[in-house]
Amino acid sequence: MAAITLTIDDKQVSAEDSQSVLSIAQEQGIAIPTLCHLEGVYDVGACRLCLVEVAGVNKLLPACTTKATEGMVVRTDTERLRKYRKITLELLFAERNHVCAICVANGHCELQTMAYNQGMDHVRYDYCFPKWDMDLTHERFGMDHNRCILCARCVRACWHIEGAGTKNVAGRGARSHIITDMFQPWGEAESCTSCGKCVMACPTGALFERGSTTGEMQRDRTTLEFIVTAREKKQWIA
Amino acid sequence: MAKRIVIDPVTRIEGHAKISVFLDDEGNVSDAEFHVVEFRGFEKFCEGRSYAEMPGITPRICGICPVSHLLASAKAGDALMAVDIPVGADKLRRLMNLGQIIQSHALSFFHLSSPDFLLGWDTEVAKRNVFGLISANPDLARAGIRLRQFGQEIIEILGDRKIHPAWAVPGGVRSALSKTGRQRIKEWIPEAYKTTKLALDLFKSTLKTHGREVQVFGNFQSLFMGLVTEDGSWEHHGGLLRFTDSSGSVIADQLDPQNFSEFIGESVQSSSYLKSPYYKPMGFPDGMYRVGPLARLNVCERMGVPQADAELKYFKKLGRGAVTSSFLYHYARLIEILASIELVEQYMDDPDLMTDHLRAEAGINKLKGVGVSEAPRGTLFHLYEVDRNGLIQKVNLIVATGQNNLAMNRTVAQIAKHYVKGEKIQEPMLNRVEAGIRCYDPCLSCSTHALGKMPMAVSLVAPDGRVLNEVTRDG
Repeated sequence: MAAITLTIDDKQVSAEDSQSVLSIAQEQGIAIPTLCHLEGVYDVGACRLCLVEVAGVNKLLPACTTKATEGMVVRTDTERLRKYRKITLELLFAERNHVCAICVANGHCELQTMAYNQGMDHVRYDYCFPKWDMDLTHERFGMDHNRCILCARCVRACWHIEGAGTKNVAGRGARSHIITDMFQPWGEAESCTSCGKCVMACPTGALFERGSTTGEMQRDRTTLEFIVTAREKKQWIA
Repeated sequence: MAKRIVIDPVTRIEGHAKISVFLDDEGNVSDAEFHVVEFRGFEKFCEGRSYAEMPGITPRICGICPVSHLLASAKAGDALMAVDIPVGADKLRRLMNLGQIIQSHALSFFHLSSPDFLLGWDTEVAKRNVFGLISANPDLARAGIRLRQFGQEIIEILGDRKIHPAWAVPGGVRSALSKTGRQRIKEWIPEAYKTTKLALDLFKSTLKTHGREVQVFGNFQSLFMGLVTEDGSWEHHGGLLRFTDSSGSVIADQLDPQNFSEFIGESVQSSSYLKSPYYKPMGFPDGMYRVGPLARLNVCERMGVPQADAELKYFKKLGRGAVTSSFLYHYARLIEILASIELVEQYMDDPDLMTDHLRAEAGINKLKGVGVSEAPRGTLFHLYEVDRNGLIQKVNLIVATGQNNLAMNRTVAQIAKHYVKGEKIQEPMLNRVEAGIRCYDPCLSCSTHALGKMPMAVSLVAPDGRVLNEVTRDG
């Protein structure tokens, strides 16, 4: 692992050459908005909110999956980026039926908070109003596809923290959706250990504890972080 | 040639509606219809959602009486879980409903209706509203607005917000009454009493000069329905249903709302998005019944609190058997405010309201559940059918204004018959037809009322659709 030097928002920083732009920025206290990024699991660049400008590259690059290189010049907060982040958020809201006012995660939702922070005051696109179901077959948890942004945090938590491999993404394009096992109702998914890590990982009201009512779904991610840290530091190996 | 007079829109009510008055060949009124021209679709789009979400979704039907939907919805959830909720939760829900009754009735009386009979029926439209009342009698207007605020504050103290609180849930409520909240309510009670008594005196003195309105504003025979306690006292949140007729006789008592479809039928008319419920054993339209303050006071034998009981005695003397004039809805509303304040006062020293045991837990134990509560405007039913996981399969909401639909048609016809002569559309008739509708304080949904500023278009239409006469009034 070699040390490299790069510039983020006019600040000279040094890092290891295997690091992503996002992790370096976070270490330096430079805030880049993210939704699909979850501490402890690998990044997939699904939400496109962490897009940054890299000098010499025309297109915008996701900070979470872009490896830093020597001499790289990165900008994380420009007019162009703010414009695209807003567009991305508006598209996320237009794509499904979020309806914050009555959502179980109202007030504790990363998507909602992000929209506030990015100054999204309305959606310029026509809402799609797709027909998606709720899955309440699991005895403890529920899934509402209407509020899913396909960040796949639940999938990654299920496969790479719990190791159960229950959750997956099925379908293509606008019909992509989260499934359990072989597209069975969650309550019938035999591989599910009912650990609830997916619920803790979810940024919106798509995964929740059953019986939650408006604004009641508050997540405790410290448990997830505890497990990840314990595993990385091999605290469970005697 | 038969003709039709249309009043569109009707102002100072909650929502959008229009009125058609049908004339016969001689130019006399033959009939009248009150149309609700909004379509909301709540019963349809709730399908597929979780029952636990319903107390969040259904209050969005309305911004004036969201608490009624919240409570009926939570109660329907209790029925699906088949639980008796903790006693503290029941009392807290009742306290919020009392706050709701106070605020909504104060809004109806002071802001919307009192300008008619306090400022005079034929005061110009631009002045005959709450702002006119403010300039004519600022102290009364302020006191009325404060009384509404008292009710709203109770809701906010319990549910964290005045409108659309997410507080009552299937199985109970989310939080208790705080000490500071209790203190705040306590301190406000004397002022609330004072304003209510002022309004009662004012209305009773108004009655002396409004004999004609009492006679023609929806004064007809009908059934009345409302919740009563086991011993026949006034009830607003629990209890069972009672029907009485206009002679005051009880024709059905202690009916379980869970089985309401056995005794309430719903008729759908092509001219309105409002359904017209009726008492099944008597058929449609003979089974027409009224709900709301007038009906609740007609079906109960006593209010159960001393000051309101004294008023109830005076009220009952205004009718032979039942009180049948819809103009007296206003009076009934004031008596209910008084009873509500007395009950709120009783709750202030009740330790059950401060407990933390507030929520029963259970899964789905019944696939069909009904929640019923007395909304300010009348009995509200929420019926949910769910699958075994609690996903809504079917929703049926029977709202107060729907149940009063037939009575409102009759009221409009009665007033129009009295005031319409010939083809000419006269201002006094328009004013009174509108005021007749307002007796029921209809809530046609959450849209903002226009406070007399909305223009009113009235057309005389021949059966072939030709407009014979048109009057437009600017707000």
